[in-house]
Amino acid sequence: MTSDTARSQTSAPPLLEIRGLNLDFGSPRGRIHALRNVSLDVRATQVMGVVGESGSGKSTLAYTVMGLLAENAEITGGSIAFDGHDLRKVSPAARRKLLGDRLSMIFQDPMTALNPVLTIESQMIAIQHHQGGSPGEKRTRAIDMLKRVGIPDSQSRIGAYPHQFSGGMRQRICIAMALLVKPALLIADEPTTALDATLEVQIIHLLKELQQEIGFSVLFVSHHLGAVAEFCDRVAVMYAGEVVEQGAVREIFHNPAHPYTRALLACDPGRIRERTRSLPTITGEVPSLLGSRQGCIFRDRCPHAFSRCVEENPVEYHLRTTQVARCHLLDHSQVISA
Amino acid sequence: MLLYLCKRLVLAVTISVTAVTLLFLMIHAVPGDIASILLGPRATPEMKAQLYQQMGLDKPLVVQLATFFGGLLHGDLGFDVFSQRPVADIVLEQLPYTLELILASILWAAAIAIPLGCYSAVRRNSAMDHIVGVMAVSTIAIPSFVMAVYALLIFAVSLRWLPAIGAGEGFADELIHLLLPSFAVGVGWVGYIARLLRASMLETLGENHIRTVRAFGVSEWRVITRYALPLAILPTVTILGVGIAWLLSAAVFVEVVFARPGIGALIVQAVNSRNYPIVMGTVLVTTFLIVIATTVSDLVNAALDPRIREEL
Amino acid sequence: MQPLIRAFGKNSDMASVEFIPAQVRKEPGAARTFLRQLGKNRLGTLGAVLVLILLSSAVFAPLIITHDATRIMVGPRLADPSSEFWLGTDQLGRDTFSRMIMGGRIPLLVAFASLGSSLVVGLALGLIAGFGPRWLDNLLLFLFDTIRSFPGIIFALAVIALLGPSMSSVILVIAITSMPIYARVVRTQTQALRNSEFVAAERSMGAGTTRILVFHMLPNVIGPLLILVSMDVPAVIAVEAGLSFLGMGVRPPTPDWGAILNEGYSNIQQSAWLVIAGGIPIVMATLGFTFLGEALRDIFDPKLRKYL
Repeated sequence: MTSDTARSQTSAPPLLEIRGLNLDFGSPRGRIHALRNVSLDVRATQVMGVVGESGSGKSTLAYTVMGLLAENAEITGGSIAFDGHDLRKVSPAARRKLLGDRLSMIFQDPMTALNPVLTIESQMIAIQHHQGGSPGEKRTRAIDMLKRVGIPDSQSRIGAYPHQFSGGMRQRICIAMALLVKPALLIADEPTTALDATLEVQIIHLLKELQQEIGFSVLFVSHHLGAVAEFCDRVAVMYAGEVVEQGAVREIFHNPAHPYTRALLACDPGRIRERTRSLPTITGEVPSLLGSRQGCIFRDRCPHAFSRCVEENPVEYHLRTTQVARCHLLDHSQVISA
Repeated sequence: MLLYLCKRLVLAVTISVTAVTLLFLMIHAVPGDIASILLGPRATPEMKAQLYQQMGLDKPLVVQLATFFGGLLHGDLGFDVFSQRPVADIVLEQLPYTLELILASILWAAAIAIPLGCYSAVRRNSAMDHIVGVMAVSTIAIPSFVMAVYALLIFAVSLRWLPAIGAGEGFADELIHLLLPSFAVGVGWVGYIARLLRASMLETLGENHIRTVRAFGVSEWRVITRYALPLAILPTVTILGVGIAWLLSAAVFVEVVFARPGIGALIVQAVNSRNYPIVMGTVLVTTFLIVIATTVSDLVNAALDPRIREEL
Repeated sequence: MQPLIRAFGKNSDMASVEFIPAQVRKEPGAARTFLRQLGKNRLGTLGAVLVLILLSSAVFAPLIITHDATRIMVGPRLADPSSEFWLGTDQLGRDTFSRMIMGGRIPLLVAFASLGSSLVVGLALGLIAGFGPRWLDNLLLFLFDTIRSFPGIIFALAVIALLGPSMSSVILVIAITSMPIYARVVRTQTQALRNSEFVAAERSMGAGTTRILVFHMLPNVIGPLLILVSMDVPAVIAVEAGLSFLGMGVRPPTPDWGAILNEGYSNIQQSAWLVIAGGIPIVMATLGFTFLGEALRDIFDPKLRKYL
């Protein structure tokens, strides 16, 4: 793998480039601004993590890239470029050509992600509709892929129905399906959230192995900091629909710049060193995303908030080599302003 | 599976036994003399006595019941004194006509309702969806015999496109004769199935596995027909089994209107002539038919849904 | 009391098809709210109008008719409509219009009589099953399920074969076949309430079973039950008309829609007017009551939709 410095200086455009993305959900109470001014890149063969609390918009971001949003969602600004295609303007037919070919996805809940009345075999053959080859060849490829994701006895198990597999096995099957189409970018929406802890580790290891072996890019959405630290090259921290900080995993985890990232890391039970009986929490609640608002989104819960946080939206401040954060506190001394 | 079939059999037997016992009790509770009703006021006491003996009515109630159930075990539903033939023969002779009418009407209903239901679900809240919704409620509400008489009036009497009465002879002719009656029976179900399918289709389209196949760029048409319909159709199949009772009721009227032979025509005729053995036989056969139909629909459901298959 | 019942409804056995969360509304101005909501529902309004027309024409039938509905006249037979006979005459020379107007009284009477008695019996049996001992509950459940598993019309025909065709036979048959559903709804509701806290509280204060049944069970089950009954009206009208059509309802010469339709059917080659006069009111009645019933359900108990 190339170093972070080398990567940030690469002249080739990133595989996925999201710039200033704004997305609203229409609701009876008004428009919910679910994504606000979101910008991030996923480079070829790189794993990009997206972390945040529930409701921070990280899954919405994944679905926006896939074009699988609910009917009441509307992109109001920004751009999503993937592999030379403008995903905001692409026709439904052209999008379908990309999905299941250059782009594929694994979902949060493996228990319901597979069709209960069709065999694994027929589902795995059907999703290769963009690929050439006879059904026999597709079946062979499916069996090979099942073997690779660690389904024992895949030759005969492929004829079984989803309910005959455990949750962990089903997620392996979902991963096999998503990789079977040889995607350039795999979008993983909390693939381990519905699984218990030991399985979670297994799945993360599996994904990491396959990623290093095959070399696809990943947009990895998770609220589990440990999984992100282990699997990702870069990470974007989302809060209430905004990316508050992003950069190389090593930099962010060692030197978090944004107060929210710091609070998030402080709350991760895996990182707590001292003995304690109470887990730390971030006080306050995620603000309502209804209507327009000015100022820093995190100011209500931020221990360091000052007057500027109310008046002005923080811009991106570049720190170190790859790290970018949106916080007014960074607007002096060592910081090179954007 | 075996346990399930046993349960079904027990259910069928219990219901039939209860039905027959109730009818027996009611025959005896009827005010007046059955023989005089059957033979008319001019019957001589000897004729009455003979009829009583033939029908077994001279024996105590318990013996009558026992004889009847004993016969039932050998497939004997009793004896019709009017035509001097076994009741089983008469009923089974008419059964195929009713079955083909019911099957044809299910085909009609399915052929119209499945596309309508899918369309309504996919284009939710469109003008067409609202029209289908109103149509659904209307076709459920309008009684089948009114539908049948109007179908007869329009297509057979006024337009003269289709034959008005009878069951026809030869395969093609029978099919043509089946068109209008089965439409009249089936149309009441179009709305019902379309409505049911719309609801289950909407539910299915919101499920996660549909999102999965969409994420693989599968076309909407294939998503609906190949991935959603096999699941969304399941409640409809269940209802089809239960709804055989409803279809049988509709068939009674439609057979009378189109002067078709069949179970419905038979029971109406038997009721008019107070021919109790035939009435009893028909009730028994139809009750059994309904239990069989629900069993068949359960089995079809099991064939379509591997999860149910394992439970049986 | 209301939230308690709702909360309880969630905990109880929701797999049961007939369990219906109770909702009783008696706020002031409820009638006006209801009318406004009905007005918003276009089909419901149409249904209400149709039902009003049918009800008033049945009530005021003797004032509307132009001829004696049963008198056989020497005039033209199977005549087309004229200024004298608005819808023509039937095969006996009777005025079709007058027969049609008078013919609405029987179906409506049958519907009210049969559903009313079925409601009372169903309520009583349901309360007994829900509140009584276990064996009685099982016995009654078996009875309900047996009745429900018969094919409706065929059961009706069998009973009529025994009792002879008459209006009372029709009422009896309909009352018997529609009772189990009501009884089951009441039973499920009663069982849910039986174990609830406020009934236990009443008990502890020394309230008798009758008091609990009348003051607590009844108000909670009567609302959903009435909606169910209103939704059964079109089916009852259809069955009544159907039996008359088969010649197994009211006896001639009493005018009745089903009987008129049957006369029209017999003479369908000569004249379509009798078929129209017999069929259109049946269609109007079944559609009107259906639309109204669905609107009532949507307004008063949207949850009921799921259970039907």
